[in-house]
Amino acid sequence: MLNIALVFKMFWRELRAQKKRMFLTILGIIWGTMSITMLLAFGDGLRSQLNKNQKGMGEGIMIIWGGQTSMPYKGLPRGRPIRFEKDVVDFLKKRIPEIEMIGGEYTRWGQSVANKNKMFNRMVNGVYPEYETMRNMIPEMGGRFINQLDLDLKRRVVFLGNELADDLFGAKTPREEIVGQSIEINGMKFTVIGVLKKKMQMGMYSGPDWNRAVIPATTFHSIYGHRYYHNLVVKPHDVNRTEFVEGRMIEELSGKYKFNPEDESTIHVWNFIENVKTFNNVMLGMQIFFGLIGGLTLLVAGVGVANIMYVAVKERTTEIGIKMALGAKRFQVMAQFMLEALLIAFIGGAIGILLSVIITKTLGALEFDNEALQWLGKPNISTTIAIVTASILGMIGIVSGFFPSRKAASVNPVESLRYE
Amino acid sequence: MNNTMIYMKDIIKFYNTGTVKVKALKGIDLDIKGGEFVSIVGPSGSGKSTLMNIAGCLDVPTGGEYILDGESVENLEPNELAEIRNKKVGFVFQNFNLLSYATAFENVELPLVFANIPAKKRRERAAELLDRVGLGDRMDHRPNELSGGEMQRVAIARSLANKPRLILADEPTGNLDSKSGGGIIDLFEELWNAGSTILMITHDQTIAKRTNRVVKLKDGLIVSSLENGNGNH
Repeated sequence: MLNIALVFKMFWRELRAQKKRMFLTILGIIWGTMSITMLLAFGDGLRSQLNKNQKGMGEGIMIIWGGQTSMPYKGLPRGRPIRFEKDVVDFLKKRIPEIEMIGGEYTRWGQSVANKNKMFNRMVNGVYPEYETMRNMIPEMGGRFINQLDLDLKRRVVFLGNELADDLFGAKTPREEIVGQSIEINGMKFTVIGVLKKKMQMGMYSGPDWNRAVIPATTFHSIYGHRYYHNLVVKPHDVNRTEFVEGRMIEELSGKYKFNPEDESTIHVWNFIENVKTFNNVMLGMQIFFGLIGGLTLLVAGVGVANIMYVAVKERTTEIGIKMALGAKRFQVMAQFMLEALLIAFIGGAIGILLSVIITKTLGALEFDNEALQWLGKPNISTTIAIVTASILGMIGIVSGFFPSRKAASVNPVESLRYE
Repeated sequence: MNNTMIYMKDIIKFYNTGTVKVKALKGIDLDIKGGEFVSIVGPSGSGKSTLMNIAGCLDVPTGGEYILDGESVENLEPNELAEIRNKKVGFVFQNFNLLSYATAFENVELPLVFANIPAKKRRERAAELLDRVGLGDRMDHRPNELSGGEMQRVAIARSLANKPRLILADEPTGNLDSKSGGGIIDLFEELWNAGSTILMITHDQTIAKRTNRVVKLKDGLIVSSLENGNGNH
C-alpha cells in the first residue's frame, strides 16, 4: 500500500529543502509538548504534595464536635448544649459496627509547658492510644506514643509536637535525648515519651499538631477534671461508608442526647473524607486547566505544521501529478502528507517529552530548602500524562496533516504535469 | 489482437481559462485496435496532449463516448480512474516525470506500490523491467545521475510496471538527442512487436513513419488517419 522507505525519503528531502521552516515548526511542537507535559507534571507533583500534606492530619477520619440545640425537641427547650461524656465512645462503637476506631479528645488551651527556664503557653490534649493511628501521630526514632498502660496507670507522660520540642529543648538536640527528660505542665512533672515526627499538615482543628503536648486521657481527666470531651475522632472501616457512618452517628446521638436529628447546630462533623473528595475534584479541575493551556500551546504549534504542509503540497504539485498519473488513489496521495505531518509531530513530540523527562528528573533530584519551592512538590510525568500528551500530539498531527493532504488529493494532474 | 482498445465517439473537451472558453477537442472519432502502434501528429495547440490525457483517463472529456479496452469510462469515480491508470495504462512523458529523489528502481516500483503488490514481488518485477530496458546496472541511480535517454528508459520501464494494455507516450523523444531518441523508438518498436498497443505523440516524421498508422490533428479535429502499410501484427 505504501513504500515506507520512499515516504521517509520524501520527508527527508522536504526536511532539507525547507530547513529553516522545518526547524521552526519542529521547535514549535517541542515547545508545545514541553508546555503540556511540564504543566501536567507540575500539577501532578503539586497534587501529590498537597495530598501528602492533607494526610498529615489523618486518613479517612471524621472529627465530631457537640454544639447546642436550636429547636425544641420532646419538651426540651432550645439552646441546650450537647456534650460528649466518656461513655459516648463505647456507646457509639457498640451501636455502629461500621466504626473501626473511635476516641475522645480532651483539650485545654493556654497551659504553661516548661523546661527549666523556658516556658510556653500551649495546648494540652488528653487522648487514647488509637489517636496515634487515626491522627498520624508518628513518633521519631527512640520515642513512642501513649499506650494503654499509660492510661491504666494514669501516668504523667507526654508526647510532644515537634516544634514544641524544638522550643523546649532547642532544635539541635537529638530527639533520642529528649525522650526520658522531664518537663513541667502547669508545674507538674511529666516525662517525655516521644516527639512527633515532622509532618506536613494542612487541615487542622484546635491547633497544629506540632505545637501540642499530648498526655493520656485518664491523666488529663484526673488533673483537670473535665467531664466532657472537646471532640471525638472517628475512623470508619470503609472510607466509602463515611457518609453512612456520619448519618448513623447523628441518629444514635440524637437518641442518646434527645435532640432533633434534623437540627444541624447540635452536632458538627468535619468529614475529612468528603474534604479529600472535594480536594481531588479541585485538583482534577486544575489539571484539566493546565492540560488545556498546554493543549492550546500545542494547537498553535499544530497550525505551524499545517502551514508547512500546505507549502509542501504547493511546491510538490508535480510529484502529486506524477503519482496520480501512475494510478495513485486519493488516500495514497494523502498518505504521504499525512505521514509527514505525523512525523513532524512525532519528532517534535519525542524531543519535547525527552526534554521534559530530563527537566523533571533533574528537578526531582534537587532538594529545596525554600518552602515555596517545596510546595511546588516534585513534578512527575505519569503514564497518564504521557498518554494524554501522545494522543494530543497524534490528533494534532492528523488534523494538521489532513487538510493539506486533502488539498494534495484535489490537485489536477493534467495541470500539475503541464508545469514543467 | 483485433479487439478494440480505444473507441472514441464525438469526444469534445472544453477548458475554462478565466473568461475564454478553449475548445481543445471538437468532436473526435477514433478507433484503435489492440496491437496497433499509432502516432499522433499535428501542430502545437491542435489538441494532441488533451487527446492523450483523455485516452489515459488522466482527464475526462466534456462530452462524447469513450470506451477503453471494452470498459466505458463515463461517470467513473476519481479512485476508479486512478485504478485504470494504474492497471491498464502506462504513461511516458516528454520530460520523463521521474521522482527526482527516488532511485531508478524506486521510480519503477511506484506503480506497483500503488497496485498493492507485495514488496518481494514488486522488487522482482522492477528489477526485471529495468533489465529489459537495459538499465540493470543502474538501478540505484537517481535521475540526475542518468542521461536523458536513460531517464526515458526508466520512465518506459515504469510505464510497463503493471503490464498495461495501453502505452501512451507524449513526445518521448522530444527532449533527447537523435541517437538516444532512436534508441527509445527502438524500444517502443520492441514493445509493439511483443504485442503492446501504443499511442504516441510526435513531431518527427521519420518516427511517425515507423508506426503503423498516423493520425493527424488540427484545431481539435482529426484531419486524417493514414495506414503506413507496416502494421501486420
